[in-house]
Amino acid sequence: MKKFDKDRALLGLAAPVLAVLGALIVTGLVLLASGKEPFHAFHVMMTYGSKSDSQVYILNKATPYYLSGLAVAIGFRMNLFNIGVDGQYRLAAFFAAAVGGSMSIPGFIQIPIIILTAMVVGAAWAAIAGVLKVTRGVSEVISTIMLNSIAGIVIGYFLQDGRLGVTDKLASTVTTKPIPSGSHLFNFTTQTDPVVGFIVFAGLAGVLYWFVLSRTRFGFDLRSVGRSESAAQASGVSVKKMVIVSMLISGAMAGLVGMSTLLNQSYQFSTDFPAGIGFTGIAVALLGRNNPIGIAIGALLWAFLERASNGLEFEGYDKEIVGVIQGAIVLAVVIAYELVRRYGLTRQQRQVGAELAAAGSVDKQEVTA
Amino acid sequence: MRRVSKIAAAGVVSAALALTATACGSSTTSDSGKPSSGGSSTASSGGGSKAKGVGMAYDVGGRGDHSFNDSAARGLDKADGELNLESKELTASNGETESDREQRLDSMAAAGYNPVVAVGYTYGPAVEKMAKKYPNVTFGLVDSVVDAPNVDSMVFATEQSSYLAGVAAALKSKSGKVGFIGGVQNTLIGTFDAGFAQGVKDTKPSVQLTREYLYKTDPRGFNDATSAAAKAQGMLDKGVDVIYTAAGLSGDGSIQKVAGKSGAWAIGVDSDQYNDPALAKYKNSILTSAIKNVDVAVYDLINSVKKDNKPKVGTNTYDLANGGVSVSATGGFIADIQAQIDAAKQKIVSGAIKVSSTP
Repeated sequence: MKKFDKDRALLGLAAPVLAVLGALIVTGLVLLASGKEPFHAFHVMMTYGSKSDSQVYILNKATPYYLSGLAVAIGFRMNLFNIGVDGQYRLAAFFAAAVGGSMSIPGFIQIPIIILTAMVVGAAWAAIAGVLKVTRGVSEVISTIMLNSIAGIVIGYFLQDGRLGVTDKLASTVTTKPIPSGSHLFNFTTQTDPVVGFIVFAGLAGVLYWFVLSRTRFGFDLRSVGRSESAAQASGVSVKKMVIVSMLISGAMAGLVGMSTLLNQSYQFSTDFPAGIGFTGIAVALLGRNNPIGIAIGALLWAFLERASNGLEFEGYDKEIVGVIQGAIVLAVVIAYELVRRYGLTRQQRQVGAELAAAGSVDKQEVTA
Repeated sequence: MRRVSKIAAAGVVSAALALTATACGSSTTSDSGKPSSGGSSTASSGGGSKAKGVGMAYDVGGRGDHSFNDSAARGLDKADGELNLESKELTASNGETESDREQRLDSMAAAGYNPVVAVGYTYGPAVEKMAKKYPNVTFGLVDSVVDAPNVDSMVFATEQSSYLAGVAAALKSKSGKVGFIGGVQNTLIGTFDAGFAQGVKDTKPSVQLTREYLYKTDPRGFNDATSAAAKAQGMLDKGVDVIYTAAGLSGDGSIQKVAGKSGAWAIGVDSDQYNDPALAKYKNSILTSAIKNVDVAVYDLINSVKKDNKPKVGTNTYDLANGGVSVSATGGFIADIQAQIDAAKQKIVSGAIKVSSTP
């Protein structure tokens, strides 16, 4: 049905690869300007980042990045900018931790309850932005950014001694009650640290994302709204309903982001629960072009860079260099995609033009003949 | 068509380059042998004539934060200079997980750095775990307690220095109103609050104390100068003329506001903020600072491991008696009341005054 277009696939690959390469060149120049030797730095990153314990770290770190990327990508496919993944996953993880800590039932029931709680809370928080957009035309960019801030305040309100938090006597941090050990999710043991079991769920979420978006009627509707709202409307798709539903799904996916930390590592929500993964997800989704495999590669790359920053610091480089690389990648990706898109467009036009010209000349010959 | 292949070729070539680079990387790894038994991976860059020194794991902000990380760094520098050590310093970044902190300590312990000093209470659980993994390495932990045979838990009786700050505030206030601003309402900041309040009350019961916290639980409170400035302005408007701010970097905002009102005094925290280059413009409004000498504690630990070969372990409380906490007299603004401060200090040291650590 669909002919595999080799050129298009190559073009699609070329953009991210060129972006990463461009970012490395920029970083090399920055390193040179600061009087450091860039190739040694890259070498350190490579060797340090490929060690066995680094690989484990990268997989563990990439798991939430991947889910966050998926959550953002669902919005992107529909032309919705869900900047609120950050607030959604933190609020979701917080309430999931509170629910998990207050129960003590067998893990095979409790773990699904915790995960479901997270998905419901994430979806509900995202739905606020969706409803505001549909009923009042509030831009989801603005509302989700504000909701991030509000999520932090809500957590701050509940995460207090006597509400949903308990104070740790020694460390003077406030946490939720720890989830009982029966409800800790399985881990994969390796020679070094264990790999989080939640990575399996992340993989499943990726498959589900692919299936729903590219193999179902709903996914088709969602993508068509993303391409052109008016065309979708004309063909009988309710745009308002799609906005709400896709925000719900995006929020539910965001709810999963904190689960690997909660169920596999910390078992409780405290004030130092990792924040900012929602924004990483935007970069990862951009880099992965909203493609489930591309997002996985983006997430792994991001985790690798963060891991490598430790190696750099150990060798006396500034670990902020990695921040420069990440920033440069995001910029370069945007530029590279735009360049490749424009190029693809002109190529298409030229092809169509050539075909028309060919057809036209045939017509003319017939007329003159 | 031809241009497509050009872009595609560029992509392929760069991908190939990347792959070659990877291959290079892994072969070098295998040359350098297996990772150390500790499971950590970092090959040390050390060597040379200097001995393997101290592993320092800073909290967010690291060296150069003009606050307690810097104080720890001073202790390290002093020891490095005297004992000719080569030390390794790593810094936490925002949004870290437990495994990041463990890895940081792990990598330094595995590379042979001893002692490994963790600056900040967030390292507590990580130190506990690594102390078990490396029983022959001495770990230092600032501001928290871990009960292990090879851990030096350094805790500071900040309520005592805050008490003296309270004495100074009560004596210097003309309006009879003083204020306290805390970064986060937790037990650690509670010790500052409690000591200050008690110092004010014991000195002049008539002085009215206003207490404010920036955040209930959010650690942002230590890095939000804007909201500290707003709180300080609110207090100044109500006639408060001495403000003690225990809120890390947020304190800068409060000091700045206080400096804007003549006759008002700010009290600094953790380091001698009169000498803080970032606050040089406002130093004539900084009455004194309640100093937490993390450097003394860090230096003690390094010395005990490197020089005396008898690691200092267990819970070590640094208080007024052993110089672990103090109030600064730089600037000479408290010269006229120094006698009263010294008297209060003597009473605390002798045990005549017991300072409460909970507000």
